[in-house]
Amino acid sequence: MRESGPILTVSNASCRFDVSAPALSRLLTREPRRILRAVETVSFTVERGTTFSIVGESGCGKSTLARMVVGLQRPTEGALHFSDITRIDGTIGPPRVQMIFQDPYASLNPRWRVGDIIAEPIRELKLRQDEAAITQRVGDLLEIVGLSRTDASRYPHAFSGGQRQRISIARALATEADFLVCDEPTSALDVSVQAQILNLMVRLQKEFGLTYLFISHNLSVVRHMSDQLAIMYLGRFVETGPADEVFGNPRHPYTRLLLETIPDVEKPNRARRPMSGEVPSPIAPPPGCAFHPRCAMAADICRVERPPLRTVAAGALACHFG
Amino acid sequence: MSAVASPLLSVRDLRIVFDGRLGPLTALDGVSFDIAPGEILGVVGESGAGKSLTGTAVIGLLDPPGRISGGSIHLDGLRIDNLPPEPMRKLRGRQIGAIFQDPLTSLHPLLTVGDQLVETILTHLPVGKAQARKRALDLLKEVGIPAAETRIDQYPHQFSGGMRQRVVIALALCAEPKLIIADEPTTALDVSIQAQITTLLKRLCREHGTAIMLVTHDMGVIAETADRVAVMYAGRIVEIGPVAEVTRRPHHPYTAGLMASIPSVHTRNAVLNQIDGAMPRLNAIPDGCSFNPRCRFASGFCREHKPGLPVSAHAAACHFPLMEPAHA
Repeated sequence: MRESGPILTVSNASCRFDVSAPALSRLLTREPRRILRAVETVSFTVERGTTFSIVGESGCGKSTLARMVVGLQRPTEGALHFSDITRIDGTIGPPRVQMIFQDPYASLNPRWRVGDIIAEPIRELKLRQDEAAITQRVGDLLEIVGLSRTDASRYPHAFSGGQRQRISIARALATEADFLVCDEPTSALDVSVQAQILNLMVRLQKEFGLTYLFISHNLSVVRHMSDQLAIMYLGRFVETGPADEVFGNPRHPYTRLLLETIPDVEKPNRARRPMSGEVPSPIAPPPGCAFHPRCAMAADICRVERPPLRTVAAGALACHFG
Repeated sequence: MSAVASPLLSVRDLRIVFDGRLGPLTALDGVSFDIAPGEILGVVGESGAGKSLTGTAVIGLLDPPGRISGGSIHLDGLRIDNLPPEPMRKLRGRQIGAIFQDPLTSLHPLLTVGDQLVETILTHLPVGKAQARKRALDLLKEVGIPAAETRIDQYPHQFSGGMRQRVVIALALCAEPKLIIADEPTTALDVSIQAQITTLLKRLCREHGTAIMLVTHDMGVIAETADRVAVMYAGRIVEIGPVAEVTRRPHHPYTAGLMASIPSVHTRNAVLNQIDGAMPRLNAIPDGCSFNPRCRFASGFCREHKPGLPVSAHAAACHFPLMEPAHA
């Protein structure tokens, strides 16, 4: 069932939002248009059956990118292309894409029984013919994600955060999905519950040959999950590559700083000198390399010329040095 | 940093119950700990373990139906858990400062940060308006806000998340309290900003001798910030001790499981260690040790007898504490 080869190809995709004041007030105050560049010319491919992670701080555009992949947001420029594959249910066509959201409290309808929440996509896509088959499938899905068949008749409020996230995963799998976009799926969970959900996701990936696009700000979670990863800063990829490579030999100063600033239980760095400054606004990004105001290595060239993303070893890097 | 020599905060056998229709639910079941002056005590645990509740009880902001049903809280020798509202209000802010998780909701959106600081200073310290403003400015500089002279007249919405949290810290510092309760102060912030805030807290602690009770679910933050750590589970402290001891050689199986479930940045494991099951709800706390249904080492004894927390530098409430490094 498992094939390799690209499942998603994103080429030079950009997403910009017009956040200007209304036309009349712009005319009166002679203010120019203001464009928020959430995602700028991003390109990557995701191989089938692997996990591609996107890491970055708040406002770097990672969630916008996720929304573009699931089609909730149109790219302003560029294209996203899903390859035709043999799907999990044997049919041929583009992969079925589903999303798992961060907040398991907001992403389940509190007035629906869990069974109906999971059955909804099955009914909507007419994947099963009769009610008995749907009930059977819902029960199977609940067992796949580690809940019990009888949980179908309960309401979301009766479940803990981790169990709700399992329900979200079951709902995503109900469509016979091949490709899951996971936007911070464990950020709202406690560490011990996070471990349960991550283990579940790894098991499902092995069992069903799922492909994950994994969005997170938590580097240790990303380290655990990813095959390939991209570090994003102010709408652009600054470093990409195989996870082992990026973690083992981080090249971009931003990646290095991120890795240094994670509080580490194993080797606590109690005398750390934290990275100064904050992420600049994507409406008015700094000229040249967007990271230069926070970079210890910044030279004159960094302030004027934006480094292109060029191929380095097995990955890519956007930095004048290194 | 020993907690033995006259603690600043001393909590003894604290019990908090919530009165519900079906009878009282015990949310905090006999919690005892000390914080020495200038010490940072980390309090970790899963949601619902009672860590925030402990902090809330210490600042006297426990809302009905929650109430303290037993035990005592002493601050600098003064018993504060049974103080009437008015003296408690005077104490709060003056002696105990508070920093909460969401810096946006802890600031008044319609007042400039300067006004908020000045108001707090005038409430607690015997100074005039001009002096108060000068102190407000000094505080903003102290917590590392660039261009404090212009920032002081701005509104909270003009600050970024990390800067807002700095303002909240400045507010907590207004009256030079001896103790600060910091409830998830970095959870809403990005990692790079998080490191800035924990560094700031550590510096303030060192320079002013302020004690901090740092409540968080992030073991990494505790490992880098706290001197000692208390691990909470289902309303009780299950392990307490110096931070390096507890994280490297946990004695309680829950702490060991918690430590092992944290993914590592250094290596990639195929499967993360997980503790199966979930923390019990308040109305279904098992007899004996509350962790026994999830514990690999539980025996019949654990199901019948509730383990106490021994008094020692590194103590675990467990009948069969682990003596070997559990996650080698």
